[in-house]
Amino acid sequence: MQIMPKWADIFLIPLINLLLAFFISGLVILAIGEDPIAALSLMVEGALGSSYGWGFTLYYATNFIFTGLAVAVAFHASLFNIGGEGQATLGGLGVALICLLVPWPHWTIALLAASVGAAAFGAFWALIPAYLQAKRGSHIVITTIMFNYIAFSLLNYVLVEVLRPAGTMDPASAKFPEATHLPTISDMLNAVGIPFAARTPANVTLIIALVACVAVYYLIWRTKLGYQIRAFGKSEPAAKYAGISSVKITMIAMAISGGLAGLMAINNVMGEAERLVLNSVEGAGFIGIAVALMGRSHPFGVLLASILFGFLYQGGAELALWTSIPRDLIVVIQALVILFTGALDGMVRRPVEQIFLMMRKSGG
Amino acid sequence: MDFMTLLQILDSSLRLATPLLFACLAGLFSERAGIFDIGLEGKMLAAAFLSAAIAAVYGSVWLGLFAGLMGSLAMAGLHGVASITFRGNQLISGVAINFLASGLTVLIAQSWFSQGGRTPPLSGGGRFQEINLPFADAFSNVPIIGPFYAEVISGHSALVYVALLAVPLSWYVLFRTRFGLRLRAVGENPAAVDTAGVSVIGLRFAAVAICGLLCGFGGVYLSTGLDAGFGREMTAGRGFIALAALIFAKWRPWHALYATFLFGFLQAIALRPDVIEALLGFKVQVQLLKALPYILTVVILAGFVGKAIPPRAGGEAYVKER
Repeated sequence: MQIMPKWADIFLIPLINLLLAFFISGLVILAIGEDPIAALSLMVEGALGSSYGWGFTLYYATNFIFTGLAVAVAFHASLFNIGGEGQATLGGLGVALICLLVPWPHWTIALLAASVGAAAFGAFWALIPAYLQAKRGSHIVITTIMFNYIAFSLLNYVLVEVLRPAGTMDPASAKFPEATHLPTISDMLNAVGIPFAARTPANVTLIIALVACVAVYYLIWRTKLGYQIRAFGKSEPAAKYAGISSVKITMIAMAISGGLAGLMAINNVMGEAERLVLNSVEGAGFIGIAVALMGRSHPFGVLLASILFGFLYQGGAELALWTSIPRDLIVVIQALVILFTGALDGMVRRPVEQIFLMMRKSGG
Repeated sequence: MDFMTLLQILDSSLRLATPLLFACLAGLFSERAGIFDIGLEGKMLAAAFLSAAIAAVYGSVWLGLFAGLMGSLAMAGLHGVASITFRGNQLISGVAINFLASGLTVLIAQSWFSQGGRTPPLSGGGRFQEINLPFADAFSNVPIIGPFYAEVISGHSALVYVALLAVPLSWYVLFRTRFGLRLRAVGENPAAVDTAGVSVIGLRFAAVAICGLLCGFGGVYLSTGLDAGFGREMTAGRGFIALAALIFAKWRPWHALYATFLFGFLQAIALRPDVIEALLGFKVQVQLLKALPYILTVVILAGFVGKAIPPRAGGEAYVKER
């Protein structure tokens, strides 16, 4: 029996969860001796108050759409992919190799090739844990976490020993050629006469992220493969009985998940830094978990949650700039969002259900 | 590799195995009671920070130990409330706890000490001092056993011996007491325990609390024994390696000791590039050495565990009536 109307399930519960997370975050800010109201208004002003702020907010949101979709696809198969960080790191390596090794004539072709490279490298990094889970029974949560650490060491090696140009000390690749420069949102909007602040990192990748949202929706709810993924996620024995191979679905779901996480690299590596640096992912892979949970593993929810976290990320950067609140506040907020939307969901859901039951009784 | 080098590596293996052993036993209690806990990492991190911070402020490692244990217990309580009381997803709760600890420790460290998320270095009474066991000097002339006793067994901080004692103690509690029998039963078949009139919720909370205490010891040892102070993300995946060791040990205390010592040995050898070079005959990249414990964790999980059957009711919240 449906106790709550659908809108309550989709919007009211996540909203209450979010408010609780924000409330506790406010207490944390209070505890370290800062004013939470002032902090919030500074965040809103810095992230949403100008097209300059939006340029950053949307840039971060693009990252989180990819990693959020990655976690969401795996969630539909009941797989918990905590390896988005490592997969996005490898995706960055794919982008760098493609941008540096091939002389591209135009950015559109370079973008296409880099997307394929990023997705392939990310998918590869997710396929190993998927194979080990499906064939050897090793726990995917532990292996994907281990692969995050291994990816970091691997990238460190490649940057220091292979990609680092001679004569520099910085563990980073050479600058990508000019032809691979992606147009930014401000370039595109200014070209059609809409004013938008220059020198902001949001770029054409945002459009690819939106396409990815639609594609994931279509994949999960409108294709046979998506049905198989969801069936496998709901009940592995039932899926097996229906002739769905658990090995195949685990591998495919994780490859799609890793590919999406890897795609993030076209935003941060190709679109923003235009060279490969250490720790370019900056925790976006982990934020994908919070985004997927908030967005209820639905692409539209992921999109909204990504913009919210983009706001938090840019707002957090402004806080770190103007107050003594470090950027790590965003990790705390992210943890609280995961806690309230993911683990403590029942704490909110039960009382709300009680209220709806009472309303129904008194109404009927 | 000569005998003294071997002893040195074994000595640091034991040091590096200690936090893993604490965390592994912590996970053992929790998972035997049917509560998955990937938040071992976060609990250790919280304890490592609080103990180092309090020890730095008050100059007493014992106050630090107390604060660390309390911090870890608080995190364990949160996990208990989320996964037992509100029947939330245990994996997600653990992930949340890891991030919470990761963010809060640096946030508070920055706000208290303004040293880039570190605590001030600890010295003197702020750390656990090394204890020389009796007769270590007297025996050191006896061939092989003497140096082994003096180098490897003796000369560790108190918490190393606490960890070693925790192994037989855990075994005794789990396999020779009524509480232990019930705790294991609640991880296999909570309904049967409930039918016998024993509180499933109470037992699981007890297990989660023991898990919190043991993680606390592990974290305190990291920042006040192994290192002298807290640093950002200083647990470096030890909570997850401990979980891998737990699966390798198939949820048994003595095997947990062997498994964590193996992982400690791998970490110790990764710290000695000179020895690896002498053994293999060629130079190994430093990045590969750093990744070695993680790679071997994957390899061991994938290849050498055999059939590891976790407690049957693990990961599921108990619902009394349907």
